[in-house]
Amino acid sequence: MLDIQTQLFEGQDVRFGPIDYEKDPQVESKWTHDSDFMRMYETDPVRPMSAAMVKKHYEKLEKEIEDEKNMYYFTVRAKSDDRLIGKAMVQWIEWANANGVIRLGVGLVEDRRKGYGSQALRILLRFVFAELNLFRVSARVPEYNVAAIALLKKFGFVEEVRRRQALERDGGRWDLLVFGLLNDEWQDQARPVLSKVEG
Amino acid sequence: MNDIYMGELVRLSAMDVDEISKAFSRWSRNSEFRRLLDSGVARTSSQNGTKKWFEKELDDQSINQHWFSIRKLDDDTLLGDIDLYVYNWPARDTFVGIGIGERDFWGKGYGTDAMRVILRYAFTEINMKRVTLSVFEYNPRAIRSYEKAGFRHEGRLRKLLNKEGRRWDMLMMGILREEWMEQDGTKTAN
Amino acid sequence: MRDLFRGELVRITAEEPEVRAKVEVRWQGDSEFHRLADSEPVMMESEKKLKEWFEKQNEDGFTPERFPFSVRTLDDDKHIGFFVLWLDLIHSEAWVGIGIGEREYWGRGYGTDMMKLCLRYAFTELNVYRVSLGLHAYNPRALRAYEKAGFRLEGRTRKDTRREGRYTDGLWMGILRTEWESMQTEGGT
Repeated sequence: MLDIQTQLFEGQDVRFGPIDYEKDPQVESKWTHDSDFMRMYETDPVRPMSAAMVKKHYEKLEKEIEDEKNMYYFTVRAKSDDRLIGKAMVQWIEWANANGVIRLGVGLVEDRRKGYGSQALRILLRFVFAELNLFRVSARVPEYNVAAIALLKKFGFVEEVRRRQALERDGGRWDLLVFGLLNDEWQDQARPVLSKVEG
Repeated sequence: MNDIYMGELVRLSAMDVDEISKAFSRWSRNSEFRRLLDSGVARTSSQNGTKKWFEKELDDQSINQHWFSIRKLDDDTLLGDIDLYVYNWPARDTFVGIGIGERDFWGKGYGTDAMRVILRYAFTEINMKRVTLSVFEYNPRAIRSYEKAGFRHEGRLRKLLNKEGRRWDMLMMGILREEWMEQDGTKTAN
Repeated sequence: MRDLFRGELVRITAEEPEVRAKVEVRWQGDSEFHRLADSEPVMMESEKKLKEWFEKQNEDGFTPERFPFSVRTLDDDKHIGFFVLWLDLIHSEAWVGIGIGEREYWGRGYGTDMMKLCLRYAFTELNVYRVSLGLHAYNPRALRAYEKAGFRLEGRTRKDTRREGRYTDGLWMGILRTEWESMQTEGGT
């Protein structure tokens, strides 16, 4: 039977939500002032953003989603108080080939190592595979982002490409890794977990 | 200094919108060309539609894009186009894309020669540190050509594409400046 | 990795358009500051106009050729100045514009710390090969500060500025990546 009762966007401590133009720009602006976070999340030269810049970025994002129809964007929020914790998206979707690229970030250092990233990734993967019916998704990670690499591997992502010395930062040259996960592979490990959730 | 745009079989020249859109529209009728070039859905386009697209693309050309026509050295025939898209300036890494539209000229070394010219341009004129490309598993001719030009295999995105009822990998390749210097650099110095 | 946005006395920020406009009006009113920093004639723009200009920058978004930053002090979070990097991407060179609009912060090491952050950003995030700047010969305080930061005097354009009925020279300085890297290992900055 088709399970449509399990909420797609609810995790244990986090849930996905839309952009909140009142609250979120200020919070995300704070993340952008942390160069460690930005260097993990961004491959372009990192720069801080004001709340106004973040708001403008959200507007461009929502316009692109509407025009191009190849991206889905979510805010990751704490279930307890609706606080913005991070962001999750699937972009560059090619419908004819049923593939896309996922991105995920938890903004504040205090919010990491709490399992929020795991929960968010679980929700995102269920969305892309069980709702968008994508055949596969990719994720790009700098080789120095060990936490992200560990998280991806935990979910069964396979390291597929190593773009040698594609990044240069902090006086060093770094490889850019591309990880991939197929729908079949996700189903193999997600199914046992899902049934546990449903009890 | 050598003429940076000159190869042994081809030369690179500026894009002429009228000429390239006419040619591209003709080449696009060959669905094999489209499917080798692009991961999107193969579709034909009118000359007018193609021209508008080229005009917009050439207009939008920012500092990031370096786009050239490929012409046969002996008789100036337009063979296709080649472009560099610098997507990461701090790492000085650029994507390269090439399309030889004239089917009669496939598999004769023109693509490899054009690639050699663009690599020299990338490494000695715009001072790149790496060049990246992607190529479909079902395009072995191009893969061989890129290997000959010096690109190394860096992995494959498994089953990225869906064509003709089966799934195909997309291969990623890259060449570092040091690697290019070893094979072609000494030639350029002379 | 080293903190890219935080120095010892200051940090890099992005400020709201209203905030930038307000301080800009005040700094524009200080003609000494303007004449030290700039070659353009001293002028005054309305806060409204400035705010619109900053909002337009946000609208246009980021370009790989220009990196403007605001600067705040670490201890009292005061918005004291700015620096901007303009890039020649092909030749891997960055030009710096830098200034402290709040006079009380002159001559207290804030400028030096700002320049340190600026160079760290240019050499470890933008990875340029050289950083250049120009200054007026009548700005000896800046010349000393830039020399301390590692810049070398490379040239002088004679009588390129006229103010108060006198012609003054322009000075041109540069620092190479290799020079900056040696300074890091030596000084342990």
